Amino acid sequence: MDFKVPTMAEMMAKGEQPDILFWVGCAGSFDERAQKITKDIAKILNHVGLKYAILGTEESCTGDPAKRAGNEFLFQMQAMSNIEVLNAYEIKKIVTACPHCFNTLKNEYPELGGHYEVIHHTELIQDLINQGKLAASNGESFKGKRITYHDPCYLGRANGVYEAPREVLAQLDSELVELKRCKSNGLCCGAGGAQMFKEPENGTKDINVERVEEALSVNPDIIASSCPFCMTMLSDGVKHFEKENTVQVLDIAEITAKANGLS
Amino acid sequence: MVLQILFIALTAFAVYWFSKNAGKIRRNILLGRDIDRSDRSSERWMTMVKVAFGQTKMAARPVPFIFHFLIYAGFIIINLEVLEIIIDGAFGTHRVFAPLLGGLYNFLIGSFEFLALGVWLACVIFFARRNIVKLKRFSGTEMTAWPKSDANYILITEILLMSAFLIMNAADFKLQQLNISHYIQAGAFPISGLLVNLLPSDAHGLELIERSCWWFHILGILAFLNYVPYSKHFHIFLAFPNTYFSNLEAKGRFTNMTSVTNEVKAMLDPSFVPDASVAPGRFGAKDVQDLTWKQLMDAYTCTECGRCTSVCPANQTGKLLSPRKIMMDTRDRLTEVGLNIDKNGKDATDDKALLDNYISREELWACTSCNACTEACPVNIDPLSIIVDMRRYLVMEESAAPSSLNAMQTNIETNGAPWKFSPSDRANWTQSN
Ligand code: SF4
Ligand code: SF4
Repeated sequence: MDFKVPTMAEMMAKGEQPDILFWVGCAGSFDERAQKITKDIAKILNHVGLKYAILGTEESCTGDPAKRAGNEFLFQMQAMSNIEVLNAYEIKKIVTACPHCFNTLKNEYPELGGHYEVIHHTELIQDLINQGKLAASNGESFKGKRITYHDPCYLGRANGVYEAPREVLAQLDSELVELKRCKSNGLCCGAGGAQMFKEPENGTKDINVERVEEALSVNPDIIASSCPFCMTMLSDGVKHFEKENTVQVLDIAEITAKANGLS
Repeated sequence: MVLQILFIALTAFAVYWFSKNAGKIRRNILLGRDIDRSDRSSERWMTMVKVAFGQTKMAARPVPFIFHFLIYAGFIIINLEVLEIIIDGAFGTHRVFAPLLGGLYNFLIGSFEFLALGVWLACVIFFARRNIVKLKRFSGTEMTAWPKSDANYILITEILLMSAFLIMNAADFKLQQLNISHYIQAGAFPISGLLVNLLPSDAHGLELIERSCWWFHILGILAFLNYVPYSKHFHIFLAFPNTYFSNLEAKGRFTNMTSVTNEVKAMLDPSFVPDASVAPGRFGAKDVQDLTWKQLMDAYTCTECGRCTSVCPANQTGKLLSPRKIMMDTRDRLTEVGLNIDKNGKDATDDKALLDNYISREELWACTSCNACTEACPVNIDPLSIIVDMRRYLVMEESAAPSSLNAMQTNIETNGAPWKFSPSDRANWTQSN
């Protein structure tokens, strides 16, 4: 990165407090494909001049996959130690790059003592656009491109965030084509509920193949999403149909970064 | 007189028998664990008005929405007439409300006829969708012989009841035209008036038809009342409390188990004193008693409509999991537990459980927790929460997760991430371009 990504520890040492904590998440930290999204979010934060920080090595898994798999012990152990760190830094506001982290921090941490304002990166980007801080200029043009959007379950149905990502796409002059199963009726990519970490049960088809088949049927140039797990599943699905040279799978943050000439 | 006594006795027995069975269902539901749904009452009323009375979630599929609404409205409104039937039956009167209501009575009877025709048509269409068109939503492994017949029995009964109602009115109308004294001039007969020519013209024959249809109608209703507790049609009652007690939190929010919080806190802080009101019990759910009363109410409310299963990503890609089956299995197991209690007393146990005897592990592990099922359910049932509670049992009591999930959990414990990466590398992305 050609700028410094500040950590909480460094901010603390300087006696400063960020406006927002960027919760990167495990996928965003370690998965090669998701790292690209993480970097683009950091670039956007840096570009608009928001005072932000990451936890760096002090961040740990939110416990989401453990909880969805049924291991409530492990989840609460993770939650409580994360809450201890977050509260020690007096964090007030968090932006996450992952709908699963978003959901867990927002909905399941408060009862265990972690009270923060939590937003997802698509909501932050929409807000920045509304404030006039991000203009979709100086970058790649998406004019006339056919973009379809896959709703991540934990952003859409789980938390009712349907419009923010769509509004971000709307200001690109691109052509947003909705899938038959979209918004509250959206079909899962197949990764949720800890499925990401195991082989699927026996069936007639993989869920991501079913989903990508539907997405390809609208002839998109780009399949957009906003979740690192959906990213993996959709990319694999596009490869399954050998369409990776004609159809791109991109995160809303990546599209925004491209449109602003940041990546 | 004999008929009046017979009528009163039959009605009283039907009501008694119904209350007895409804009481058993209530007892079975209360076998569940406690959960507090007494908060946010105005929001709860609103939810019930919208989802149960207004059937808003049915609107996603307009065709069944319209016809189901007709049956529902017809069912409620035509039952106003049952009030008159009961009074007439008990006191030997005929159309007792007619003199009291005057012109309004004619209007009411006339509208009931239109509704009756609507219900009749809707039931015929629904019957055809199930048996001739064979809609995919109404099949699946859990739709065995009984659930299929259950649906058909009710549709046929409704068709017969509505036919009896219209034929009864037609005979009554014709008797009125013949100026038979008992049959006072009352009512308007826009639909049954069209059937008049199909009926005989002698007063005796007509009276026989009118009386038979009258008895068939009321006995049919009493029989229906007593059939409902054994059927998916119990949703006509439970849809209301079940939507009132809906989960009002964000769908993505899973419960934090208090019993676990106590243990985790005690582990992190030895001086912590746990809340003694939380009974330790089993972690998660192996059998129906481990579920909450709301989850058990869900099971009895299920209409077996299959909307959940038809949007379930696992089911739609050929996996064993079907959220409708989860609900039907829960109900069937609970009924079995209830029968055992009836027979052998309240502490009776058997060697079966919801897990394995009804719901297999393979089904449970196929769920993506996507919430499509809870979103689709027209009566706000939550199959996902049952799946999660059963996974909790498998993982925390039996350590029986699939091995790849065990590896994921070990990674979180040791590396703070679900994959095998070193925690010290977490911010490495900041160093590369
Ligand atoms: S939450 Fe589970 S059961 Fe419900 S629709 Fe999704 S995968 Fe199917
Ligand atoms: S759970 Fe709801 S959607 Fe599923 S079959 Fe029962 S009533 Fe229908």
